[in-house]
Amino acid sequence: MKRRTITSVAAGLGLAASLMGTSAMAQDDMRIALLVKALGIGFFEAAAEGAEEAATELGNVEIIYTGPTSTTAEGQIEVINSLIAQGVDAIAISANDPDAVVPALQRAMQRGITVISWDSGVAEEGRMMNLDPSSTELIGNTIIRLAADHMPDGGQVAILSATATSTNQNAWIAAAEAALPDFPGIELVATVYGDDLSDKSYREAQGLMSSYPDLQAIIAPTTVGILAACQAVSDAGRIGEINVTGLGLPSEMAGCVESGATQSFAIWNPIDLGYTATMIAHALASGAATAEPGAEIPTGRMGSVTLDDTNSAAMSDPFTYDASNIDQFKDIF
Amino acid sequence: MSDTTRAIPDRLRSPLDQRIKSWETLLLAVAIAIFITNSFMSPFFLNAWNLSDMTFNFTEKAMIAFAMALLIISGEIDLSVASIIALASTAMGAAVQIGVGTPGLVLIGLTVGLLCGAFNGFLVTRMGLPSIVVTIGTMSLFRGISYIVLGDQAFRGYPPDFAFFGQGYVFWVISFELALFAVLAVIYYVVLHRTNFGRAVYAIGNNPVAAEFSGIRVARVKFILFLLTGLMSGIAAICLTSRLGSTRPSIAFGWELEIVTMVVLGGVSILGGSGSIPGVVIAAFVMGLVTFGLGLLNVPGIVMSIVIGALLIGVIALPRLWERWRLQAAKR
Repeated sequence: MKRRTITSVAAGLGLAASLMGTSAMAQDDMRIALLVKALGIGFFEAAAEGAEEAATELGNVEIIYTGPTSTTAEGQIEVINSLIAQGVDAIAISANDPDAVVPALQRAMQRGITVISWDSGVAEEGRMMNLDPSSTELIGNTIIRLAADHMPDGGQVAILSATATSTNQNAWIAAAEAALPDFPGIELVATVYGDDLSDKSYREAQGLMSSYPDLQAIIAPTTVGILAACQAVSDAGRIGEINVTGLGLPSEMAGCVESGATQSFAIWNPIDLGYTATMIAHALASGAATAEPGAEIPTGRMGSVTLDDTNSAAMSDPFTYDASNIDQFKDIF
Repeated sequence: MSDTTRAIPDRLRSPLDQRIKSWETLLLAVAIAIFITNSFMSPFFLNAWNLSDMTFNFTEKAMIAFAMALLIISGEIDLSVASIIALASTAMGAAVQIGVGTPGLVLIGLTVGLLCGAFNGFLVTRMGLPSIVVTIGTMSLFRGISYIVLGDQAFRGYPPDFAFFGQGYVFWVISFELALFAVLAVIYYVVLHRTNFGRAVYAIGNNPVAAEFSGIRVARVKFILFLLTGLMSGIAAICLTSRLGSTRPSIAFGWELEIVTMVVLGGVSILGGSGSIPGVVIAAFVMGLVTFGLGLLNVPGIVMSIVIGALLIGVIALPRLWERWRLQAAKR
């Protein structure tokens, strides 16, 4: 009986190990752990793809793509402990909790491991630098540009936002308004709020169409709003007259792009994010760069990032999705 | 219930000593096998600091598992333990905001744990409600309060010396949590296996009516067990909060099932009446070794869950199959 149990346990361990290969054994390579909120999420699988791309480009880099089964801080701490034990060279984390992982990450740093956060940041004392996918200014500029790209003669645009008190959206809209002078001929006629509710956003979009007959674009910097506006424009039969754009998810927006209601839209690209996080982790761990305010860290094909006073950096403009690449991304996130 | 009889107080079947010993030997063999396998599988396993880090995977859960073992042996269960952690941690976090120091925080954590345990115990022993129903209810209730207080916010700013409970070391690689775990293991061993109270717990689990007629104050013993479970959850809340350095309402989410798994893996009958503290201690190490060993190999968490599940079913089922086979062989 005992022997059977032991062999079954051993077999289980062996099976589990063979599933993963023996990748953890290679000692000469720099090992960078891409620690995500939970495994099995399309967005993070795509980020891991980007990390592998960076590893191939850098050479001698091994990516350990890992994370807990559910999005808990405790689960992530267990993974951090095992990464510390393995003596990885760097941890790039998208945190489930900006505070709870701090003590564990501080311990990792004490033991000489480079720690950066990306996507979902960690409190300042728990990481060396933080990589945001984009910045308020870049997003504000991008959403206006997306509309302007398809309005060569200028014209009227309107914004359909989330709630009037949404911090993110308000900051992006303010940045968009600040960027308007760079786009001559574009006139922002109204900003309305759909409260991130599908039905209310739909009615607000209908209202915009009837109030402004010459409207050429609706900009919705929210994934709920852009989808509802696309639906409203399609239902009103005004595809081709009004272009719906803003921030959306490829999986949800594929239909809108196909029907032509949306020429293009934007959101951060998880592949680029994983790629850039890996590049930065490599630069810091190899000593090629130092994480300090004002430092400029090269990030391969993505150019470079510059750290601000809190050692935070923005990656780039949100990535633009249109008919040419939507099929590639709609299955990812 | 299966068709087994309850002739022997400590175990469901067969000579008491032999069964207990064989169970623990079996578990110990599993633990040693995993330990050896881990040493061969990963070059990072045999390292004092790494092994010390490993213990954080189970110490807090095991503290609750001791009290839970007694509770399950007595025929009751408490599924609200993880939610008690959340509520106790939230109370401590709120106290930090008004400037309470470390001794006050510890007191608050323990008190909230005791109060929650008392509430469960009152509903079960005084109102006569089934513990599984009561604690499924309080599982939502306690954590619900945390969510109302915190929403999507977090309590931070715990005093620096509060960090000792979850991050401090008593001696070399022996963390405070590991030392506390060892002390509690000894205390629970003495209580369950060396006192009248412990005998009463077994008696109640085997037959509450007979226990009542033997002069055991069943309701009082059960109430004390719920109090103990609450208290241990309060202690675990202090350790975990100290280790995380912050409180969110999702803290310790899902731990109740891991704790019950630990207790059952330790050989405690889920039907009550049998089990031992050494079994639970070894089970805690087995679970810690498995998750840490697989973690070192970067095995995805879902595979770990499968291994733990297979281990649980295997360790529970094999002795029963063995028993059945032995009985059939004896008949022939």
